[in-house]
Amino acid sequence: MLNLPKDKLAEMLRKMFEIRLFEEKVFELYAQNLVPGTIHLYAGEEAVAVGVCSNLRKDDYITSTHRGHGHCIAKGADLKRTMAEILGKKTGYCKGKGGSMHIADFRIGMLGATAVVGAGIPIAVGAGLSIKLRRTNQVVACFFGEGASNQGTFHEGINMASIWKLPVIFVCENNLYAMGTRQSIVMNIENIADRAIAYCIPGVFVDGNDVLAVYEATEKAVERARKGEGPTLIECKTYRHRGHSRVDPARYRPKEEVAEWLAKDPIKRFKEKLIHTKALSETEIQHIEKEVSVEIEEAVKFAIESPFPEPEEALEDVYA
Amino acid sequence: MRKITYKEALREALKEEMRRDPTVFLLGEDIGRYWGGAFKVTEGLAEEFGDERVRDTPISENAIIGTAVGAAITGMRPVAEIMFGDLTALAMDQIANQAAKIRYMFGGQINCPLVIRTPFGAGVNIASHHSQSLEAWFMHVPGLYVAAPSTPYDAKGLLKSAIRGNNPVFFCEHKLLYPIQGEVPEEEYTVPFGVADVKKEGADVTVVATLYMVHKALKAAEMLEAEGISVEVVDPRTLTPLDKQTIIKSIKKTGRIIIVSEDCKTAGVSAEIAAVVAEEALDYLDAPIKRVAEPDTPIPFSPPLEKYVISDEKAIIKAVKTVI
Ligand SMILES: Cc1ncc(C[n+]2csc(CCOP(=O)(O)OP(=O)(O)O)c2C)c(N)n1
Repeated sequence: MLNLPKDKLAEMLRKMFEIRLFEEKVFELYAQNLVPGTIHLYAGEEAVAVGVCSNLRKDDYITSTHRGHGHCIAKGADLKRTMAEILGKKTGYCKGKGGSMHIADFRIGMLGATAVVGAGIPIAVGAGLSIKLRRTNQVVACFFGEGASNQGTFHEGINMASIWKLPVIFVCENNLYAMGTRQSIVMNIENIADRAIAYCIPGVFVDGNDVLAVYEATEKAVERARKGEGPTLIECKTYRHRGHSRVDPARYRPKEEVAEWLAKDPIKRFKEKLIHTKALSETEIQHIEKEVSVEIEEAVKFAIESPFPEPEEALEDVYA
Repeated sequence: MRKITYKEALREALKEEMRRDPTVFLLGEDIGRYWGGAFKVTEGLAEEFGDERVRDTPISENAIIGTAVGAAITGMRPVAEIMFGDLTALAMDQIANQAAKIRYMFGGQINCPLVIRTPFGAGVNIASHHSQSLEAWFMHVPGLYVAAPSTPYDAKGLLKSAIRGNNPVFFCEHKLLYPIQGEVPEEEYTVPFGVADVKKEGADVTVVATLYMVHKALKAAEMLEAEGISVEVVDPRTLTPLDKQTIIKSIKKTGRIIIVSEDCKTAGVSAEIAAVVAEEALDYLDAPIKRVAEPDTPIPFSPPLEKYVISDEKAIIKAVKTVI
C-alpha cells in the first residue's frame, strides 16, 4: 500500500494540508467580510484532488468546478494568486474577473473552473482530443460532482471520449449531495461508476477519503490513457465538511451521518497510516503542517495587501 | 395596505394558483422541502402541496424544460424554476425550439401553457456564470411571452396571469429584487400582460426602465426632482408583448426618452425599445434617444469591476441631463 517513496508521500500530505488550511482561512476571511460573493469549500474532499493530481505531470490538464480551490492547489497553483483571486484582487489569477468559482492557471494545465455544473466535462474531452491530435501523450483529469452526472454533458462527453479513445480520466466526486438534494432523490443507482457500462469504459469506485486508494485507481487510469486505450470513470465517495456554499447550514444532513464522515476525515486517516507504517514520524508531520500554515499566512497577507483592480479594467480582455 | 417582499409575493402567487388549479405543479433543482429554492421562493410549498407537486429535479436543465413542455401539452400547467438565469442557456433548445414553436409549427392544434421562472442580474459578486441579464435572448423568440416585474405587486399579479394563460412564459426575476418590499393587496387580483405601468408621473423626460433598474430610475427621479427636473418613470412589466402605446404616450408628454436596462447594450432590451420609439414616435422627440445599458463585457467578479459595469443612479441622472 505504501510503496511510494517517502518524498512523494510527504508531498501528498503537504498538499492535503495546503488545501485544508487554505479552506479554513477562506472561511475565516469570509466571516470577516473580506471575501466578496460566495464560496464553496472543498474541506473534507482533499484526498480526491491530491490522489488524482499526484499522478499527473505538470503539462497534464485538469478541468474543475465551482468547488475548485482544492483542484487548483493539488495541481500546483500558487497559493498567493489563488487567494488574491478569491479576494477579488488585481494580483489574482484572473485579475479579479473570476473569483472563487473561476480560478485558472493555464501554465500548469489547470484549464479553468466553470460554475456551470457539468460544463467542464466536454471541455476536458476536447482537451483530450487535442492531445490525441497533437500526439503529446498528456492526459486530462476532469473533476465533477455526482450531481453533474445528471447533465447531458456528462453522457455526451463520456460517449465521445469513449468512441475516440481519448486520454481523459473522469473523476466523479460523490459527496452524496448536490446542494440539498440527496443522491437517492435524483438517481436510481448507488454508484455513479456504474454509468460507465453504458459507454463501454472502465468504471471504478473508490473510497474517496483514502488518498492512496484514489492514487492507485488514478494511476491505472492514467496508464491506460497514456497508452491510448481511452478514458476511465473513477467515482470517489467522499463528503464535504461544511454546507454547500457559505449560507448553507446543511440542515438536510442527519447529525449521525456528519459525525460518521468527520470520523473518516481523509487527513486524519492518512496521517495515522503514515505514522503506523513509520513512513513519516509525528514530528515530521507536524513540521510539514507548520510550514504549510506559514505559507498560508503569507498567501493571506499577499492577498489582503494586494490592490483591487482599477474599475476600467472591467473592459479589458473581452477580445484578443 | 400590507407590505410584503417580492419573494413572498411570488410565493403567494404560486400558492394561490396551486390551490385553485390542481394541474399547476412546480419543478426545479432544490425547490422542495430540503432547500426551498436557491432564493427561497418556494420555501414551505412542498410542506403544503407535497413532493409530487413541488418536485425536486436532477441538475438537468434541458430535461426540466423539456419535461415541462411534455406535461404542458398533455393537460398540466408546470412552473419550472431554473436556478440562475445564465443556466437557461442549457435549456435553450427546449425553450426556444420546442416550447415556443410547438403551437405554431403544429398549426395551432395545441397550447403549451408553461412558465419558466428564473433570476437574472448582477450585484452580488458571483461573476459571469451567475450574473447575466439575458431577457433580450428570449424577446427574440416568437411564441414566448417575456415578463419582467419590478415590484411585489407586479410580480404576484403577472405570475398569476402567466400561470393561467395558455402560452409559454419566460418569467424574469432579479436577484436584488427578492428582498424588496411593496404593497400587495390581500384580495385576489392579476396583472395583465402587455400593459406598462407608469411608476411615477413627470413632465420633462420619460425614463423607461426594467426590473431592478426601475428602482434606480425612481431614486434618480427623486434626486432630479430636487433640481427641478420632472421625470416620468415607465415600467413595461412585460417585454413581450411590449406596451408601445404607454411609452409613446409618455413621450408625447415629455418629448424625451432615456431607456435603462441591465443587459449589455448591443442588441439588448434597450435597443429594441429604442427602435420602436425611432420607428413610431420620432416626431414627438425633442432630443435624441438615450440609452443607459451595460458595456458589452461579461460581468466581472471583483466589486470595483462589477460596480463599474453596472449602471447606477448617477449614470441615469447623467443621461437625463444630456437630453434636457
Ligand atoms: C447547470 C447548473 N445547474 C445548476 C447550478 C446551481 N448549482 C451549483 S452547484 C450545484 C450542485 C452541484 O452538485 P454536484 O455536481 O454534486 O457538486 P458538489 O457541489 O457536490 O461538489 C448546483 C445545483 C449550476 N451552477 N449549474
